[in-house]
Amino acid sequence: MFQQLFFILIVRPVVLVVLGLNVRHRERIPAKGPAIVVSNHNSHLDTLVLMTLLPWPLLPRLRPVAAKDYFLRNRLLAWFALRIMHIIPLEREAIDRHQDPLAACSEALQNGEILILFPEGSRGDPEQMGPFKSGIAHLAKRHPDVPITPIFLHGLGKALPKGTAIPVPFFCDVFIGDSVRWSGDRASFMTTLGQGIKTLAEEGYRPAWE
Amino acid sequence: MILSHITPSVLTALGGVLGMLVVASLIAALLKRLHPDKNYTELIQRIRSWWIMIGIFSCAILLSRTASILFFAFVSFLALKEYVSLIPTRRADRRVLFWAYAAIPFQYYWVHKQWYGMFIIFIPVYLFLLLPMRMVIIGETKDFLRAAGTLHWGLMTMVFSLSHAAFFLVLDGATNPAGGGAGLVLYLIFLTQFNDVAQYVWGKLTGRHKIIPKVSPNKTWEGFLGGLGTTTALAMVLAPYLTPLTPIESLGAGLLIALGGFIGDVTISALKRDLGVKDSGSLLPGHGGVLDRIDSLTYTAPLLFHFVYYLHY
Repeated sequence: MFQQLFFILIVRPVVLVVLGLNVRHRERIPAKGPAIVVSNHNSHLDTLVLMTLLPWPLLPRLRPVAAKDYFLRNRLLAWFALRIMHIIPLEREAIDRHQDPLAACSEALQNGEILILFPEGSRGDPEQMGPFKSGIAHLAKRHPDVPITPIFLHGLGKALPKGTAIPVPFFCDVFIGDSVRWSGDRASFMTTLGQGIKTLAEEGYRPAWE
Repeated sequence: MILSHITPSVLTALGGVLGMLVVASLIAALLKRLHPDKNYTELIQRIRSWWIMIGIFSCAILLSRTASILFFAFVSFLALKEYVSLIPTRRADRRVLFWAYAAIPFQYYWVHKQWYGMFIIFIPVYLFLLLPMRMVIIGETKDFLRAAGTLHWGLMTMVFSLSHAAFFLVLDGATNPAGGGAGLVLYLIFLTQFNDVAQYVWGKLTGRHKIIPKVSPNKTWEGFLGGLGTTTALAMVLAPYLTPLTPIESLGAGLLIALGGFIGDVTISALKRDLGVKDSGSLLPGHGGVLDRIDSLTYTAPLLFHFVYYLHY
C-alpha cells in the first residue's frame, strides 16, 4: 500500500517526467517471476528506474538486492528500504563462513519473486562500469532455470551521481538484453553476462561527459 | 464560462484540425487495407503521436490561458532536457544545468505576468551573464567556452524562442477580436506544422534538385518552394479568422513561416548531424524526439511574434 502510493506519487513522476526513459527492446522485459534483472550501477535512481520499468502488477514482487551495511544503517532508512523498497539486505563482507549470504535471494526466487541485482556491488564512479562480482554466478548456478536479463542504464549517473542530493534532469537510456541462464561454468557465465551489457552499451550514442 | 477566452473561429479551426486528423487516420487505415504487404508502421505511429500531441494541445488551449502557458513551459522543458542529454556536457556543470532548467518557470512566469520587458531580456541578458559566472565559481576551465556556448544556444532555442508562442496568448485581445491570443497561437503552430508536412509531400512527389545536401540530403528545392506556396496561400486564407493581419501582411507572415520553418528544421538537422544521431530522441513514436517535432517552431515562433507585434501591438 505505502509502496504503491510512493511509486505513483513520487517515483513514477520523477522517473517518467522529470527524467524520461529511452527504452530499447521493451519486449525483453521479464513478464513474470522468478527472474533476475541485472544492470550496471551508477546512481540510487537505477533501482527506481528498474522498478518503474517492470510491469506495474509485479511491483510487490520486485526485490532489489542491496548492501546491508548501507541501507540498514539507521532506523528510518531501514524502514524505507525494507517496507517501501522491499530490499533483500546483503552482507557485503561475509563474517561467518557457515552462513549462506545468498539464502534470502534463493528463497525469494523460490517464491517466484524477481531479483534486481547490481553485480558491480556499488555505484562507483559515475558512468563508469566496474568489474562484476561473482555472487550472481552462485545464484545462477543454484537456479539454472531462472532467466537473467541484462540491462544497460545510461544517464542516471549524470542525473544523480554518488555524493549529490539534487537530481538534474537527463533523458536516460535503458537498453534491455536477451536473457541468459547458467552456462555450467563460472568464468564463461560471467563473461557472457558482462559482454551482454557491454554489447547493449555499444548500441546507443552517448555524448561525452567528463 | 470556461471557453470565454476562445473565439468561435478558434473553435472552428480546432475542429478543422481534428477533421484533418480523422481523414489522415482513415487514409492510413485504407492504405493498410489496400496494400497489406507493405509496412505502414511508421505512418500509423506518426499519426497516433499526432493525435496525442494535438489532443493535449487542444485541451490546454480550451482549458485556460494559464494551462496553455504551462503547456508551452512543459514543451520547453522536454526540449531542453532532450538537448542537454544529447550534447557533450561537463561533470562539473551539474549545478549550472540546474539553473538553466530553473530559467524555464521564470521565463513563463514573465509571460503569465505579461511583463514584456523582462520576458525579452531575461535569457538573452541575465541568464547569458549568470551561467558563465556560475561556471567560473565552480572553477573548471577545461572546455569552458564550449560549455557556456552550447548551453546558452540551447536556452535561447528551446526556452527563449519557444516562449514567444506563449506570449501570443497574453497579447491584448481587443487588437485581435477575430482570434484573440489563442487564435494567433493556433495560426503559428498550425501553419508551422502544416508547412513541414507540405514541404515533405511536395518533396516526395516532385523533388529533384537538392537544396542543402550537406546538412539534409532529402530536402529539395521543389519541396521547399511547393511548401512555401501552399503555406503562404493557407496563411492568407486563415489570417482574417485568427489574426489581426491584413491580406498583404498575411502574405508576409506565410512567407516568414515557410522560410523560418525550413531554416529551423535544417538547423536542428545540422545539430543532429554534428552529434551523429538520426533522431533527437524516442518520445514521439514515428517522429523521433521532441526536437524533431519543434525544430521549425524554434524559428517561426519568434519570427512571427515580432512580425505581428511590430505591426499591431
